Amino acid sequence: MSIALEHINYVYSPGTAYEKQALKDVSLVIPQGQFVGIIGHTGSGKSTLIQHLNGLVRAASGRLLYEGKNIYEEGYDMRWLRSQVGLVFQYPEHQLFEVDVLSDVCFGPKNQGLTQEECEERAKEALALVGFPEKYYRQSPFELSGGQKRRVAIAGVLAMRPKVLVLDEPTAGLDPKGRDEILDQVERLHKETGMTVILVSHSMEDVARYVERIIVMNRGEKMLDGAPREVFRHCKELEKVGLAAPQVTYVMHDLKERGFDLSPDATTIEEAADEIMRSLS
Amino acid sequence: MIRDITIGQYYPAESRIHRLDPRVKIVCTLLFLVSLFIQNSLAGYVIATVFLGAVIRLSEVPLKYIVKGLKPIVILLLFTVAMNLFLTQGGGRLVHFWIFTITENGLRTSVFMAVRLMYLVAGSSIMTFTTSPNGLTDGMEKLLHPLNKVNIPVHEVAMMMSIALRFIPILLEETDKIMKAQMARGADFESGNIIQRAKAMIPILVPLFVSAFRRANDLAMAMEARCYHGGEGRTKMKPLKYKARDRMTYIITVVYVAAAFAAGRFADFKLWIF
Amino acid sequence: MEMIHAEKLIYEYDRRDEDGNIVGTNRAIDGVDIDIPQGSFVAVLGHNGSGKSTLAKHMNAILVPTGGTMWVDGRDTKDPAELWNVRQTAGMVFQNPDNQIIGTVVEEDVGFGPENLGVPTEEIWKRVEDSLRSVGMIEYRKASPNKLSGGQKQRVAIAGVIAMEPKCIVLDEPTAMLDPNGRKEVIRAVEKLRKEKKVTVILITHYMEEVIDADQVFVMDGGHIVMHGTPREIFSRVEELKSYRMDVPQVTMLAEELRRRGLEIPGGILRREELVEALCRLR
Repeated sequence: MSIALEHINYVYSPGTAYEKQALKDVSLVIPQGQFVGIIGHTGSGKSTLIQHLNGLVRAASGRLLYEGKNIYEEGYDMRWLRSQVGLVFQYPEHQLFEVDVLSDVCFGPKNQGLTQEECEERAKEALALVGFPEKYYRQSPFELSGGQKRRVAIAGVLAMRPKVLVLDEPTAGLDPKGRDEILDQVERLHKETGMTVILVSHSMEDVARYVERIIVMNRGEKMLDGAPREVFRHCKELEKVGLAAPQVTYVMHDLKERGFDLSPDATTIEEAADEIMRSLS
Repeated sequence: MIRDITIGQYYPAESRIHRLDPRVKIVCTLLFLVSLFIQNSLAGYVIATVFLGAVIRLSEVPLKYIVKGLKPIVILLLFTVAMNLFLTQGGGRLVHFWIFTITENGLRTSVFMAVRLMYLVAGSSIMTFTTSPNGLTDGMEKLLHPLNKVNIPVHEVAMMMSIALRFIPILLEETDKIMKAQMARGADFESGNIIQRAKAMIPILVPLFVSAFRRANDLAMAMEARCYHGGEGRTKMKPLKYKARDRMTYIITVVYVAAAFAAGRFADFKLWIF
Repeated sequence: MEMIHAEKLIYEYDRRDEDGNIVGTNRAIDGVDIDIPQGSFVAVLGHNGSGKSTLAKHMNAILVPTGGTMWVDGRDTKDPAELWNVRQTAGMVFQNPDNQIIGTVVEEDVGFGPENLGVPTEEIWKRVEDSLRSVGMIEYRKASPNKLSGGQKQRVAIAGVIAMEPKCIVLDEPTAMLDPNGRKEVIRAVEKLRKEKKVTVILITHYMEEVIDADQVFVMDGGHIVMHGTPREIFSRVEELKSYRMDVPQVTMLAEELRRRGLEIPGGILRREELVEALCRLR
């Protein structure tokens, strides 16, 4: 029950002037139930990487195993894979199209060939999972606020009951509160359903608070892979490639340099505060 | 991928043809097209071939690009050739089998027709290959300026065209993204009959329209914020001005049209049936 | 002299039902008084839907108030005769980088504003070059905007405004759709302009890190201005900010958390060095 990438390579527009190697020999295993963050700046290959996970983009070479089966084998059921690995794109509300919220969320299950009742049941379940209020089920999705639209769009993917949920920049364009609300909701979802969640982001602060593992992508390659505190130990290398560890990590490093007796590994405000209090007492 | 489609196929280079004023290229292309229609003689086609060949050479656009541009008209071409070949009667009978008859006149007309069509497309594609989209709209605006007097909003139409050109790649990319997102929700665009496939487009078209309207709205606001208020009182960053080479090009083209026409009339020669 | 001055500004729009009948009115701005001195750097914060963008659009006369008055450089925005003067005085940069670039070539886009103003051709070229240089985009002058990154597109948009030689630039969430590197690029470009050209800058944002250098910060909520002060004053009121769906920089949060746990740290810490200094003093 996992996703395994083995030596995946991908090249954009091969044979033209715009040829660009988007992924270089990427290998990684994501076990079922993990909460993973993928970080990298624009053009690092992170978006291309996640589009491989549900077979939307096909690797030029390498293997991708879902639950032990190679998805590039002839006759592999890609539509089934797409219902198992739910991918939520950036600004997902731009894909809403139905007359009301409920029917939009039904689109996924309907494509799976379920009956109307089953579709609605799943849609309601998914909308409840993202905390969308029931009284707006019959409202046009275009009349909702930005944050609510995004919830509907995420529910549209959840309604297929995927085992893996991949979110590409789910907080882009939201205000701070909206950002926290969506991420808290995703965290709750992960706890309640035990599904694998892969969160793509360029905000270290966001990711550090939630995930158990961070994969850093740079120029199409996997640069770092590990628990947040392990990854942020490399804050100098991260800076070199235009990324940064959370601000608190820098504060801790500064304090240590000034002779404080503390471990600089803290990645969240609570951890940092605990560590500073301990060293001062 | 849908992104690979190229529209407004400009071939960037610094050739003599590229440097011409867009108005010259538009007018001369039209003249060239007219020249293909006012004559139908072997001598005329020989002159047209020399003229077109010289222009292609001067434009520095590889011949392969121009041939590629003919691909979309292959079906139309075959259809025209077939129609002319079998339906035109007169002259000696060349081939006859079952109900089909090919006559001398039929062969002649269909070959001339095919050449004419290919030159038409090649001639106009030279114009688009050597003129940037903005140059084209600028040239059109200036050329059609007199129509303002009969209340046709020439400036506005030109502005719309140039904005459309800017947004085509953006909307293509957006289509690609929406398609992928709906495929991630299990949408299927490949199987089923025509009606089912047309219906499958709704989840792409609705978001695309919503986004296009949003963009249009944003853009209108951004233009107003930058003091856009139509063509009145506007200056140009790159005003069009005729230079000596532009006048020269006009003269050469007019001479060519006259020569092609006159050759067909007074100096035609025959080669077999042509 | 006040660059922007508003008194009891109100903006209402009609709420309609499905048939287009008016069922009520919404107030996006509700009695705002604001004073922005010439040459200053002002930030307006607020969550989505707080009215901050609506306020920004009043500064460029894209919207005119339904109540109260807005003066831009002494000109009443309601006066139709002053419309184009107001728009030239206060240039505006919008959120979506794709939807505000009109030209298919970078330099032509930057020339669009001056063309509209009827600036002579040679002068347009001078302004285009000058403004592309000041945002560091001169080497891209012949490029197609479609090939640029988000941060570069926003810098082109800023150059397009600068070329109109405004006294004031209003940036309406210019970084909301950019990645961290793009955000830095844009903020750096704005900073440079402020120093070189002495223009008044009004930055609308919800990224707290971007407002640390502002002279004054306004916080909006529900169409009102609910907080007003220097960044330090504003960021020392963490709980209040949070109640308006806002956030504070992580360093400020950490300082606040340590204060809550009983350490004697001054309020409104904005930078990492300040916090480190304060902690060193405690030892």
